[in-house]
Amino acid sequence: METITPQHFLILASLLFAIGFLGVIIRRNILIVLMSLELMLNGINVALVAFSRAGANLDGSIFVFFIMTVAASEVAVGLALLVALYKKRKSIFSEDLNLLGN
Amino acid sequence: MNLVDLLFLVFATLSVGGGLLMVFSRHPVSAALFMIVSLVGVAALFVLLEAFFLAILQVLVYAGAVMVLFLFIIMLLDVGPQGGKASRVKILSAIVGLILVGSLFCLMLQIGQGTEVDGSTEPFDWPELTEDATANGNNLTFSPSAKSFGFGLLAKYMLPLQVSGFLLLAAMVGVIILSKKTPHQPDQEES
Repeated sequence: METITPQHFLILASLLFAIGFLGVIIRRNILIVLMSLELMLNGINVALVAFSRAGANLDGSIFVFFIMTVAASEVAVGLALLVALYKKRKSIFSEDLNLLGN
Repeated sequence: MNLVDLLFLVFATLSVGGGLLMVFSRHPVSAALFMIVSLVGVAALFVLLEAFFLAILQVLVYAGAVMVLFLFIIMLLDVGPQGGKASRVKILSAIVGLILVGSLFCLMLQIGQGTEVDGSTEPFDWPELTEDATANGNNLTFSPSAKSFGFGLLAKYMLPLQVSGFLLLAAMVGVIILSKKTPHQPDQEES
């Protein structure tokens, strides 16, 4: 670890976040939108671990643990909602979800 | 260019390339597989940052559990590739999305530019690792051992740990209720 600075990791983290954001914006398949959300959370995790390592402080790493917990439960609930939606609408594309009631 | 730099480049390319291919792949199954590649790349970056416990957790939780759940749902719903018709709305949304993301990335680079971590222009040296995270009281220092991680979780962050456990329980109950098959009953008062 001589020439790699935390800035390299931060640039990588912002790239991951930006790619995930792009996926959330341009994709219409809700499964892939959920995966892009995971990618955004991963970018945040990389930045947190890099700061934690560079500042010699364990708190950031422990926060990453909690982010992983929340992301796992978010994915589980999101996929259950998606299955319920598919039973009702027979589609998982976001442009088909344009009605509030029946 | 030493070995660590080369490894950083390889794994950064792996994670970013996997993410890009995930966003632009047509079929959801290949998107999930590219996502696994990206997550494993991020786990290798955690190893480079000497957060070994988090790297193992990343592989187990994300690449193991979450992506298997994704693949399971993709196969359960049996969704094929997205329709290939390039409508005007689709192209417009792609252009607007690219502009938004490009400006977001430029903004993040602008903020990061010129701000050295400790205010000096000398080459940054990473702090020494300590074996025991509890060396100076309640301020936990970074250490790669799982023991100090567990100490931090169970001593300083006891309440958040309990809350996250309760969150997992609530998510489990919510998923069971959401996916339970309700017996069809005509509701007279609504219709």
